Amino acid sequence: MHEMSIATAIVDACAERAAGVRVLRVRIEVGQLAAILTDSLRFCFDICAQGTTVEGAELEILEIPGQGACEDCGRTTALAMPFGRCACGGFARIVAGEELRVKNMELA
Amino acid sequence: MCATCGFGGGDVMIGAVHPHGEIVHAHDHHDHDHHHHHDDAPPARTVSLEQDILAKNRLLAERNRGWFAGREVFAVNLMSSPGAGKTSILERTMRELGDTLPISVLEGDQATSADAERIRATGASVVQINTGTGCHLDAHMVAHGVERLAPPRNSVLLIENVGNLVCPALFDLGEQARVVVVSVTEGDDKPLKYPHMFRACDTLLINKIDLLPYVRFDVERCVAHAHEVNPGFRVMLLSAETGEEMQSWYGFLSARETTLAGAAS
Repeated sequence: MHEMSIATAIVDACAERAAGVRVLRVRIEVGQLAAILTDSLRFCFDICAQGTTVEGAELEILEIPGQGACEDCGRTTALAMPFGRCACGGFARIVAGEELRVKNMELA
Repeated sequence: MCATCGFGGGDVMIGAVHPHGEIVHAHDHHDHDHHHHHDDAPPARTVSLEQDILAKNRLLAERNRGWFAGREVFAVNLMSSPGAGKTSILERTMRELGDTLPISVLEGDQATSADAERIRATGASVVQINTGTGCHLDAHMVAHGVERLAPPRNSVLLIENVGNLVCPALFDLGEQARVVVVSVTEGDDKPLKYPHMFRACDTLLINKIDLLPYVRFDVERCVAHAHEVNPGFRVMLLSAETGEEMQSWYGFLSARETTLAGAAS
């Protein structure tokens, strides 16, 4: 349930920037290798937003697929887990899929 | 909420005292209702944030890291599932190494000070952090824990995280080494089942090796899995119960070698 901490961080970041104005929509990027359950994050977001200017805002989650670059041959390969190997046998270094960013928000 | 560092953990207790005592923060925005009336409000406008969600924790972690470096404190974050033997490892470490190496301990648990009492019984300096419903320590809790603990210059600080192989992996505490403990009574496939944790750590302790004759735990398989997830893993086998093979762990702590080069995201 670290999603609660993540949701709190999102709400805090938005409420701080919104400076009293109501937030309608929040767009975030979540990598598929970032160890975040998006359903759980939505649930926590709605709870954390209560009583703040973010209450009722829609959380739009852009999921980023995992991708690794081979440490031997440099080829990129899709990763469903936060580790993996290239077809050539080399270890894949994660180059995408660990994102955890607030992109932007819409204010009323 | 702590106005200086954004601490939001309402039920977090450090050393059985709320870190902020009875200080009331006048600007806790969660307590306010903002009723703004915009009768002729313009259409919705988009504000760009482009902000790392864990930025605040990372910043506080860097602050901790700087504080540790300035005082030459080697901070080690110990993580595992509940019952893998973190506290037992710390107890034996304090008893056998405490006289030659100054070590202090931060204990993280959801509730009770039972572990802190076990550590205190060894004569070590310890502060308990209770995270309440929280499933992990974060950099802010550690900062306040360290404030109370005041580890001496040129010493080792062992931070026992909440027993959990998932959540603590995401939260940098400002430590110099991240250690995951697996015991042989667990499955040897733990590294594959909890890859985030095994990727975030740099050192693997396989504990309870005295029980190997009685359980179906394949050490080689476990180590191979760990290296699949994290090729740079340093692995040590030991038993906190019998004291077997504790020397390499003691050597690691005494050397105070920072091992976190790019291990965690």
